[in-house]
Amino acid sequence: MEVWASQLFNGLSLSSILLLTALGLALSFGLMNVINLAHGEFIMIGAYTTYALQQVAAHYTGDPQSGITFLIAIPASFIMSAAAGYLVEVTVIRFLYRRPLDTLLATWGVGLFLQQLARSIFGAPNVQVVAPAWLSSTVSITSNLLLPMKRIFIIGLVLACLGALYLYMYRSNEGRRMRGVMQNREMASSLGVSTRRVDSFTFALGSGLAGVAGCALTLIGPIGPSLGTFYIVDAFIVVILGGLGQIPGTIMAALIIGILNTLFEFGTTAVVGKVLVFAMVILFLQWKPAGLMRARGR
Amino acid sequence: MSVSYLPKSLGTFASNTLKLLAGLGLILAVACGSEAPPAPAPTSAAPAAAAVEPAPAAEDSGTIKVGILHSLSGTMSISETAVHDAELLAIEEINAAGGVMGKQLEVVIEDGASDWPTFAEKARKLLQEDEVAVVFGGWTSASRKAMLPVFEANNGLLFYPVQYEGLETSPNIFYTGATTNQQIVPAVEYLIEEGKTKFYLLGSDYVFPRTSNLIINKQLEAAGLEAVGEEYTPLGHTEYSTVISKIRAAEPDIVFNTLNGDSNVAFFKQLRDAGISAEDLPTISVSVAEEEITGIGADNITDHLVAWNYFQTTDTPENAKFVQAFQAKYGENRVTDDPIEAGYFGVYLWKAAVEKAVSTDVAAVKEAAKGITFAAPGGTVTIHNENQHVSKTVRIGKVRSDGQIDEIWNSGSPVSPDPYLDSYEWASGLRELAQ
Amino acid sequence: MASRISIPNAIKGLPLPSWLGDLASVWLAPVLVLAALLVAPLLLSDFRVALLGKFLTFAILAMSLNLIWGYAGMLSLGHGVFFGLGGYAMAMFLKLESANGKLPDFMFWSGLTELPFFWAPFEYAWFAIPMTFIVPAAIAGGLGYLVFRSRITGVYFALITQALALIVSILFIGQQPYTGGTNGITNYTTIFGFAINSPATQVVLYYATLATLALTYLLCAWLIASRFGRLLVAMRDDENRVRFSGYNPAALKTIVFALSAGIAGIAGALFTPQVGIISPTMMGIVPSIEVAIWVAVGGRGVLLGAIVGAILVNGAKSGLSESFPAIWQYFLGLLFIGAVLVFPSGIMGLLRGEGWRRPEWFSTSHLPGFAARVLPGVKK
Repeated sequence: MEVWASQLFNGLSLSSILLLTALGLALSFGLMNVINLAHGEFIMIGAYTTYALQQVAAHYTGDPQSGITFLIAIPASFIMSAAAGYLVEVTVIRFLYRRPLDTLLATWGVGLFLQQLARSIFGAPNVQVVAPAWLSSTVSITSNLLLPMKRIFIIGLVLACLGALYLYMYRSNEGRRMRGVMQNREMASSLGVSTRRVDSFTFALGSGLAGVAGCALTLIGPIGPSLGTFYIVDAFIVVILGGLGQIPGTIMAALIIGILNTLFEFGTTAVVGKVLVFAMVILFLQWKPAGLMRARGR
Repeated sequence: MSVSYLPKSLGTFASNTLKLLAGLGLILAVACGSEAPPAPAPTSAAPAAAAVEPAPAAEDSGTIKVGILHSLSGTMSISETAVHDAELLAIEEINAAGGVMGKQLEVVIEDGASDWPTFAEKARKLLQEDEVAVVFGGWTSASRKAMLPVFEANNGLLFYPVQYEGLETSPNIFYTGATTNQQIVPAVEYLIEEGKTKFYLLGSDYVFPRTSNLIINKQLEAAGLEAVGEEYTPLGHTEYSTVISKIRAAEPDIVFNTLNGDSNVAFFKQLRDAGISAEDLPTISVSVAEEEITGIGADNITDHLVAWNYFQTTDTPENAKFVQAFQAKYGENRVTDDPIEAGYFGVYLWKAAVEKAVSTDVAAVKEAAKGITFAAPGGTVTIHNENQHVSKTVRIGKVRSDGQIDEIWNSGSPVSPDPYLDSYEWASGLRELAQ
Repeated sequence: MASRISIPNAIKGLPLPSWLGDLASVWLAPVLVLAALLVAPLLLSDFRVALLGKFLTFAILAMSLNLIWGYAGMLSLGHGVFFGLGGYAMAMFLKLESANGKLPDFMFWSGLTELPFFWAPFEYAWFAIPMTFIVPAAIAGGLGYLVFRSRITGVYFALITQALALIVSILFIGQQPYTGGTNGITNYTTIFGFAINSPATQVVLYYATLATLALTYLLCAWLIASRFGRLLVAMRDDENRVRFSGYNPAALKTIVFALSAGIAGIAGALFTPQVGIISPTMMGIVPSIEVAIWVAVGGRGVLLGAIVGAILVNGAKSGLSESFPAIWQYFLGLLFIGAVLVFPSGIMGLLRGEGWRRPEWFSTSHLPGFAARVLPGVKK
């Protein structure tokens, strides 16, 4: 019983990580038909921002484990990745709208460039981010059911991101314009919405979310120049299953894949688990080619 | 987009085609490197390359060309760049001290790009185009296996600096890292002596962990034991909570860890998060050295065990000098570790062999290399007479909270290399099958 | 129709061209490229010939992708898988020949004691060589049938094939006893009894590759000029119209995808003996994307473009990584961006005077449907 409960928690935890990495991707695809293969590198920028901030803070305070630093790192990662995303949008992606396959190739080039940049700045070896002390504990439900605090924190962070995204999209003027452009670009444009501005903002927002993911992933994973490549394909599978660009679909897809993957892996091996999940996604797309949620054009 | 050739006039089309051919020729010329500089330009990863380059031109017989072939890009660069740095350091030191046989060493650096066919291509380039006397390079077994036929076909010389799974003796490769009887086998013996009975074998899904575990299983069987679990995860895997659940369910008293690179970071972070400390469940790693500990975070792996032939803390005068030179060149915060040391002393072993042979000819160097010794940072190393591995001291250490490793056991004297485990009764048959 | 699909017209009169200029305009460039490649071994060192031979296998691979992407509008990001499958089939043959009746070394390390049943027939060239085409074609056909039947197109198709690349490479790494794991299959000694590493063998392999490349070119040119080829282009530009005209796009796409995968497999089969190794890294995500880049750089929808792109990009890659081993990836990244941003119709487009890309605002683009989404520069 406890084993299953802990596996369920592991599944939820994996889902939260998948969702965090896929959310920005779903956003940029939903609005702009942009396949952003540099998304993994925006995750990496977030992770390195957290690292750099901690180095600076440790230099001045002498305390690398400061929990405050980590909390500041979350918005800082968002801002850094969003800024990088904005820059990429303005210099590259802007010229490629309506050519999604071309954005795919160009952003792959951007990704290569950013990876090499990280290697030049921070060196090729992995670096380390010290987790704050208050995250390095476990919550024990029963004597054998221990839930890592970091995992709980990441689940909370995803919920917070979702909440903020909801407020932004449905409760702000900027968000209303964004939804307008998503639903009908020409109409929104003729009603005076600057679609260029909305595009840049949305792409920056998606990249920023990747940055938050990067910050969170420093808690549980490696931090190196090729960090993004570990997560990008899984994130894409989530987005495809969810229905490209559909946030609710993405959430459902992340839950399904996370939990199934964990169960399969527990029953078999990590390799077989991954293959089974892929096979199931392909079969599912046979039944519903547009994914769990279908985009409604207007 | 027009998909046909319907030019306005044939003339312009012909001229365009000629442009294309000219471009093609140009690129081929670049690719073929006929005009390429004899030594690579100094790069950010190797700021000291310029210092290594001697003044004389390539044609000058006053220099000896040597190659360095590691992954400077791609996933393996996290480990391999440091070895590349150490080899450059050794070459620079040798040049500063007058070179080899009075000749300066000229380095040709190539990037294996974490891609095995690229390793084969670049090895061929170094041997056929640059005609280097020796290549120092490789990290993964896969890269070595890819280069092996190239070195054998071109009668080149490769110094391979990383511990590996054994069962190989190429006449063209010198193995300066540990083979199984210098790392894995003694580590298992040590653990059994310490009273460990329930081994859990965890590794990345590739050849080194699989072969190691094959050997460990045989060894455990001979001791009347059995592994309580064996699990492989894909390379680059970062989600270990399910594996940790499985480990918990199997209730081992030691985890024998052969995970690779990045996966170690995820595994140790998540192991600690799950509330499992080294006291609850110790692990012993054979691919985690000081360099990897920096990325994992020392606090995540404190008190876990590692098995190697060298630690940065190894107490020899040679090591004090080596660590100081390495940090002086690359920065105070850089660490040294076993493969870095093996890459470093490999250059010196080659130098000693060349000077004994008074030639860089491969056959002569191989002959001269037999029994050559060198006072390496980790203690005296000696090249074996037949199998071209080196004898070296086995050490088991415990990770400190500052990321350094305290030695808790060593083999006392250098252990002679035995890549086919001929001297172990339980391993009988390995050699027959492997050849 | 927005796109000028004029190649069929240009090639229609092929057997006996009435106009000399037409003949020259279609065949001058390919013939000159062929001539250059024919004499290359006389001018280059052994190593460079081997390298160029490798590039030529990439050129065949690029052509196979160009067939489905440039003409049929389906970008596969899994073509490395098909290339790899062909390479593995050939490697199994070479390994068994080199093992001389013994168990291949990696099987022993992985604990096997006898040859797996599906390995056994690969001992024979008459079985192994056709398999380099059949295996990838069959797998592509199966996947294609499922995918195209569900009318999965464009970006979805690209991402699904990318996931295929990930999964197949993980599978091949995981099945070490049967595939050699991460190491792949390496260390062959002979091919049909000839020493595989000898310069003479390598030159023969080079010319075999060049011949295959020329044949593939002719096959593709013929195919595109045929009714089938026109249907492909029509599907690329407006799939529904093709469907409503009574054709079955799913079947057409499945056939061309399988054919393309088969050609990629043959390219892989030629790659293995020349490079001396086939490994799962060739089947992963990265090489598959790189193939798309070669095609984009050379020029999509132009047969010669794929060849030129593959040779130039790989030549640049080798040259740059030799000259700047630590920072060459910057150039590669910039090349990728430039290829789609600055000259979207590729080198062939530049040569034909289509020029550099003028910044084009998407809102001014009034192209219909799929053509507008997938094809750059379909309009003038």
